[in-house]
Amino acid sequence: MRHTLTVMVENNPGVLARVAGLFSRRGFNIDSLAVGRTENPLVSRMTIVVEGDDTTVEQVNKQLHKLVDVIKVSDITKDAYVDRELVMIKVYAEPSARAEIMQLVDIFRARIVDVGPKTLTVEVTGNEGKIDAFELSLRTFGIKELVRTGKIAMLRGFKTSSKNNNHKEEEVS
Amino acid sequence: MHSNVTTKVLRRQRGNVQKRIREVSGEQLSGAEILLKSLENEGVDTIFGYPGGQALPIYDALYDSKIRHILCRHEQGAAHAADGYARATGRPGVCLATSGPGATNLVTGIANAFMDSVPMVAITGQVPQALLGRDSFQEADITGITLPITKHSYLVKDPSEMAQTVKEAFHIATTGRPGPVLIDIPRDVSSSKTEYRRADRMNLPGYRPVTDGDPLQVQEAARAIIQSERPVIYAGGGVVISGAHEELLQMAELLMAPVCNTLLGLGGFPGDHPLSLGMVGMHGTKYANYAICECDLLIAVGARFDDRVTGKVESFAPEARIIHIDIDPAEIGKNVRVDIPIVGDVKRVLGQLLEILKPGLGEAWRDKVLAWKKEYPLTYCEKDCLKPQAIIREICRQTDGKAMVTTEVGQHQMWAAHYYTFSKPRSFITSGGLGTMGFGLPAAIGVQVGCPDDLVFDIAGDGSIQMNIQELCTAVNYELPINVAILDNGFLGMVRQWQELFYNRRYSQSELFNPDFIKLAEAYGAEGIRVSRPAELAPAIEQAISSSKPVMLDFIVDREENVLPMVPPGGALNKMLG
Repeated sequence: MRHTLTVMVENNPGVLARVAGLFSRRGFNIDSLAVGRTENPLVSRMTIVVEGDDTTVEQVNKQLHKLVDVIKVSDITKDAYVDRELVMIKVYAEPSARAEIMQLVDIFRARIVDVGPKTLTVEVTGNEGKIDAFELSLRTFGIKELVRTGKIAMLRGFKTSSKNNNHKEEEVS
Repeated sequence: MHSNVTTKVLRRQRGNVQKRIREVSGEQLSGAEILLKSLENEGVDTIFGYPGGQALPIYDALYDSKIRHILCRHEQGAAHAADGYARATGRPGVCLATSGPGATNLVTGIANAFMDSVPMVAITGQVPQALLGRDSFQEADITGITLPITKHSYLVKDPSEMAQTVKEAFHIATTGRPGPVLIDIPRDVSSSKTEYRRADRMNLPGYRPVTDGDPLQVQEAARAIIQSERPVIYAGGGVVISGAHEELLQMAELLMAPVCNTLLGLGGFPGDHPLSLGMVGMHGTKYANYAICECDLLIAVGARFDDRVTGKVESFAPEARIIHIDIDPAEIGKNVRVDIPIVGDVKRVLGQLLEILKPGLGEAWRDKVLAWKKEYPLTYCEKDCLKPQAIIREICRQTDGKAMVTTEVGQHQMWAAHYYTFSKPRSFITSGGLGTMGFGLPAAIGVQVGCPDDLVFDIAGDGSIQMNIQELCTAVNYELPINVAILDNGFLGMVRQWQELFYNRRYSQSELFNPDFIKLAEAYGAEGIRVSRPAELAPAIEQAISSSKPVMLDFIVDREENVLPMVPPGGALNKMLG
């Protein structure tokens, strides 16, 4: 089963290497990983999608916790959350095909971000299913290049993954 | 053990008012000077190290420091010596090396400390920041290389970060599940000056080890213990590290529960106690392994269910509920299923348990296990040649089980675990998790430095001893009267044993050509004694103990003796050879 983990880390050099190294040496599989700053410039947030049974993911969770730079780990798989990925696709677009592509762009609420003589570059955000569907529908025209971010996720409602009464939050003095 | 360090620091602080005034006024100091000052603030009295180009500013600051530096003959020796010092004293060990090869030579020692949860701070010089990443002379990405084998690591980028970094490094190394922390210091950072401010706060929002057990879990564990009829305590290195030996003894006696130890747990429970079953696992005693197989409750205390302990996991303690007490939550459920986990410092958790436990029901069970102990004792056949087991027994007899014993890795290590009766914690210092040949001699040096009044024995093999033989020079240099007992069978004994048992006696690359260890010892300035007949055994050990010099004993032993009993790799614990 796939799990979505939200990992708050201190924005220190090498923290990505520590997390990535942990996954590779313990044999955990990362499906996707996205990382960026948060509302607090000292803290970065990673969203990691990991494949594995409950025992494996529990180990992932505990091993991540052991890293000193990791402030908090939450497995939000079972919570209500919004998730998004972004994809940019450079698709072959002969004049005859452009209308049809633009129709698909409309349907998926995607956007054309660059127009070339033989290609269109389109971007779309959405959850994984939507992005997969969009990619599939453009395949018939021929995809020249595709780039996709990892998933980012946020809990619905008032709850956050970044702050709660977790014991790892308090400052050691 | 940590409180000792703190009081020591406090005492030093109080006694040194003048220094403090200077500190408050914000003196200009180099990164290296701040490093040394911060080490002193942490109560460090000894560093094991080896100088080199990028470490020169640190060595220059060391010249004026009151910290003692032990110059080892190889950085690996320095790391193992710091490790031995830490295990023997409970205080963090500190090793220091230069960049590049100096740093990479520490790697085995750091990995060894990591596997066995030893508090250690490893300090390395690094090329100046302007040269970082340019494949400069003696540059190695040591923080990158040691990422998977350190508890944490720092690359110090500015001398103003030094004091805080050192404070955090010692805090991380010594608290929670202890482990090695690396501090990599580029030369421009150690040589440039800044205003010195003593670090009084740490900024570690992601680090807060749990020490007290969850009261509900403790109660559930107590219920399970009181109900059990066939309890066994499986005690590991965590008991020794947290100083929980007294609580463990109380609990075992209260419950009448037999206690088996892991290799690193030996000494955590008195080996001569009637309830002691000795070591469990691949080379465990028969009675310990039988007890594991038949118990209805296994109380794991500061142990991590290593594969050398469990054998085939599916048939490990098949009838038992398992209580697992460990300070590291990631150890729980990692290798075996656990019914009642308790995360916390084992000393505290055992204390919590003792408050609510009642005497156990296990009398019949205890008698059964003790009968096994009589029926299947550790044995070997006495011949008129020198038996390795007899040597360990004799060392144990003459030292009254009170020596500090280090080992290398292999057959001799298992014989030391079997035939030396360890009566106190921190007296058996051996490379468990990593299994590092060459550990014992430098570790013995660290032990003797940390415990100058103790008698120290390194039980060695003729293969292992040659992996860090150069440290004999360190022992002679610093007049450390350690005793090295080589069980010399002319083989890499454990390799040969496996080849005999599982590879049709095809002794591929396991027979050794050895130097004359006596002449070698003498060349280093140590004393050498060769023993080849049983009659010479006792007087030779007497002579070694009474000598004020380091002594190397070369025992020419039965060449093809095996370590028994033995659970073949991947087998169930009750299917033992021998």
